Amino acid sequence: MTDGDKVLLAHGGGGRLTDELIRSIILPAFKNETLDKLTDSAEIQFGKNSICFTTDSYVVRPLFFNGGDIGKLAVCGTINDLSVSGAKPLALSLALIIEEGLEIGILKKILESAAITAKKENVPIVCGDTKVVEAGSADKIFINTSGIGLKLPGANVGFERIAAGDKIIITGTIGDHGMTIMSQREGMKFQSDIESDCASVAQICAKAVETLGNDIKFMRDPTRGGLAATLNEIVNQTGLGIEIQESQIPINPTTKAAADMLGFDILNIANEGKVVIAVSAQKADKCLEICRGCENGKKAAIIGQVIRSDEPLVELITTIKGRRIVQMPYGRELPRIC
Amino acid sequence: MLDRINITYTQIARAKKVLGRKIDIMEVCGTHTVSIFRTGLRDAFPEGLKLLSGPGCPVCITDQGYIDAVLAMADRDDCIIATYGDMIRVPGRKGSLERKTNRANIKIILSAEDTLNLAKQNPDKKIVFVAVGFETTAPATAVVVNEAIRQNIKNLFIFSNHKMVVPAMKALLSEKNHKIDAFMCPGHVSVIIGSDAYKPIVEQFKKPCVVAGFEPMQIIDAIAEICKQLADGTPAVASVYPAAVTPAGNRTAQKIIDETFDAVDGYWRGLGKIPKSTLKLKEKFSGFDAEKQLGVQFIPEEDLTGCRCGEVLCGLIDPPDCELFAKSCTPDTPVGPCMVSSEGACAAWFKYARKKRRNK
Repeated sequence: MTDGDKVLLAHGGGGRLTDELIRSIILPAFKNETLDKLTDSAEIQFGKNSICFTTDSYVVRPLFFNGGDIGKLAVCGTINDLSVSGAKPLALSLALIIEEGLEIGILKKILESAAITAKKENVPIVCGDTKVVEAGSADKIFINTSGIGLKLPGANVGFERIAAGDKIIITGTIGDHGMTIMSQREGMKFQSDIESDCASVAQICAKAVETLGNDIKFMRDPTRGGLAATLNEIVNQTGLGIEIQESQIPINPTTKAAADMLGFDILNIANEGKVVIAVSAQKADKCLEICRGCENGKKAAIIGQVIRSDEPLVELITTIKGRRIVQMPYGRELPRIC
Repeated sequence: MLDRINITYTQIARAKKVLGRKIDIMEVCGTHTVSIFRTGLRDAFPEGLKLLSGPGCPVCITDQGYIDAVLAMADRDDCIIATYGDMIRVPGRKGSLERKTNRANIKIILSAEDTLNLAKQNPDKKIVFVAVGFETTAPATAVVVNEAIRQNIKNLFIFSNHKMVVPAMKALLSEKNHKIDAFMCPGHVSVIIGSDAYKPIVEQFKKPCVVAGFEPMQIIDAIAEICKQLADGTPAVASVYPAAVTPAGNRTAQKIIDETFDAVDGYWRGLGKIPKSTLKLKEKFSGFDAEKQLGVQFIPEEDLTGCRCGEVLCGLIDPPDCELFAKSCTPDTPVGPCMVSSEGACAAWFKYARKKRRNK
């Protein structure tokens, strides 16, 4: 990238372009060992304990959608980044950038939703910040949350721990959040009963780690870029391959229909309440049982496994027993013409 | 399901035996191309059956000169460009809409109807509708023109580059070097034009034309029907998508196309000029015609150095045979149109089948 290049929307899409922006522009600016790992949260040694620390900004249109709103999303998203790192979330900050003209009633509704979610998860919001910008300088409201968590004893997750033979679990149906947002965006004319999966995965992650410890190799919440992006990150970081079975992936048929209609590959669509777990083969069934016993994991499934491979590729075995490569998404799904 | 797959395998084997060579079937629909790759069908077929990806993606067959003309209008302060999403990444000679800096005046729309609202919300701007697509999207454009008249909207302009499928199929079969044994005809387009529209192709060129839906089993059934016709030497129009496609098609949609557009000679990227293949607004609607009202200059492209999209569209080569494929031409940096749309043959190859395939 050169100085004359412009930032594109696709640079924020969580796909190849985001990766390029982070690696070639952002990382070199701050270079350090902790940051360079690009994990969901940074781990900071503190005496005998490890503190996990993470941050995320939330920009979503519409602000309120089936199954959630920007307030709930901002709290769950940061809790989830801590949880998949094997940490127990302790406290959050919440910062608001508000566009001049936002109705107070809407602001109250968003804050109330964030508060209810934080209370339910027992993670207090302990500090914050408020800025207001001129009309036109922001899209109604942007929220940033940061969070700290205490690493659970026995948690030992990371790309380096993944090995051939490990099983891949997804904790429920995929693509629901992304398709809900897209179907409710201005101009999208179809009505549907799809609901965002916006939820905390803290319970699933904590139970899995507490029960299975070392056998839980890796966890990540497949948000932007969907399942495809998370699985591709795994193969790129490990040099291994992944094989997944299309018939085993939990998918809500309405979500699939909406994705098909717009020409989107559901594997690329964002989730906001799911975890991809790499677990040792011996403990895969136990892990599945744990997930299914949790409120947000009832539809969990083992969808594939990590394999030795000449090339770091994610391959999908389709329902008709064909094979195809699942690529890292580009960054921005474009609705197609007909 | 297994029964149907077995029937298809038997018919493929029969056809190969009768013809004494491999079989090339062209799908003339981007959605088929994507479905074939996404479901791994290409990989599941036996040796000696090849599916060629024809000019069935409206983005892929859009001439560079057209994109350049759109870009020129995007530079004007008085214009708002309304476009379907996958057009924004298509490169013209001077970049694409996505790479434009003043993107505030480029609006992605999901249906043609949205242009009417844009026009009403922005009375001081000229809304230019990038009207592309086959017979599937042309009726929607026609409806918009009629609605604009009814609602007395004066600031909406149609830059029509709608294309017709049948003239392109004829043009492909008129090429000396073509390798096409049969066509798998597009599902959506056929809903509008009807399966009878392919009769002249069967009569003139003696090639099977079988309409299929987009589910993998429908594609498998279509291949069985095509191979049966090839083996029996009885090329005909058939449909394995009878739930949606009738012989006569959607007469209302056909009527509104006829009343709104004239079929004129037009340029197809990679294929050149094809007679009576492009739909332009009739003279009586010239008040809405962007080319006539906004002084748009539409200069057809010269061949792109190195890009072999034309040969890909004709089924003469596979995308990996092109020097640029997966090197300078990728979905992030498309050179040719077939790499741009998710339905393009090159994008589908790149995305779903980068590994060497035995089905060559």
